[in-house]
Amino acid sequence: MSEQAPKPPSNTVLRGGSRVDALLAIADDELILGWRNSEWTGIAPFLEEDVAFSSIAQNEIGHARALYQLVAEELSTTADELAFDRQPEEYRCSAFVEQRLVPDWARTIARHYLYEQADERRIKELMASDDAEIAGLAAKIDREEAYHRMHAQMWHERLQAEPRYVEALEELQPLVDQRGEHVPEFEQLWNEMTEVRRSVAGATW
Amino acid sequence: MVTEAQVWDALAEIPDPEIPPISIVDLGVVRDVSVENGTVHVEFTPTFLGCPALEVMRDQMAERIRELGAEPDVEVILDDSWSTDRITPEGREKLRASGFAPPAPRQAEGPKLVQLQSKAFKCPYCGSTETRLENIFGPTPCRSVRYCETCRQPFEQFKTI
Repeated sequence: MSEQAPKPPSNTVLRGGSRVDALLAIADDELILGWRNSEWTGIAPFLEEDVAFSSIAQNEIGHARALYQLVAEELSTTADELAFDRQPEEYRCSAFVEQRLVPDWARTIARHYLYEQADERRIKELMASDDAEIAGLAAKIDREEAYHRMHAQMWHERLQAEPRYVEALEELQPLVDQRGEHVPEFEQLWNEMTEVRRSVAGATW
Repeated sequence: MVTEAQVWDALAEIPDPEIPPISIVDLGVVRDVSVENGTVHVEFTPTFLGCPALEVMRDQMAERIRELGAEPDVEVILDDSWSTDRITPEGREKLRASGFAPPAPRQAEGPKLVQLQSKAFKCPYCGSTETRLENIFGPTPCRSVRYCETCRQPFEQFKTI
């Protein structure tokens, strides 16, 4: 595949594709970003950020699980099977969330800030959906995401004059909605993330 | 035959796994209980979607219902119907007495950073509002960490959801 997937306009989360496709893309984004955020656990620049990134990771993975549950009901499968039993090429997350940014704090915060902005637009659109299940879950997710957005805003205000941060924003901005091919380091994440399920079929948590 | 009131009483004895002084009924996560033909249907609304205590709460509810001689059917409701506003007045007082500042009321707009950074939050130990935000996040997703300038005590503030 040499061509890049076309970027969907940001206000068409649920139009133009199936409900399953749309929800899986969001769930995969949240799962993989949650994983990446958890890579700061224990090594963030200071303790408060260890706590913050771990908590944000936990929330994002919780959102992924709830979204997978909606999809799982439709496909007669389970959230765990969707999260851990697919092949790498079946994940629909954006290359943006796949990037391994540890130990670069400037780029981590730039991604956090850009993601929370894009995610807010997407959640608000889901909240306005005619599908009551989607709208209800999106409203719940939005209540939790409000705290991620405040955390991102706080760091954006703190770093916005720093050249490394400004450069990181410019570098990452065009990648926010880029879907299609995975970045090379996604393979390693997938290997780690699915290792338990691959070694013990049907392992549960 | 088990009654709804018996089920509510049994559920009220289950402590929140992460904040044991308050029960899951105090926490407001049990939205409805109904009994039909020996099956107890419970509508359970999660606090935070990623909270690891959810499975523990769900399993403990099922266990208590079995102890009453009924079959449990715990339905997890994935919508916005749980809010920290559903914590009972008794639950709020138990939180405060355990050193957790109870959550501020929910607002339509959602919280803003400037509010969290304001001095509107009361220390659960001395009652002073001279408190500052230390971290939006805390030991569990539902709490922030604040510091009281008056009694010089850090404390956990329940987030508003």
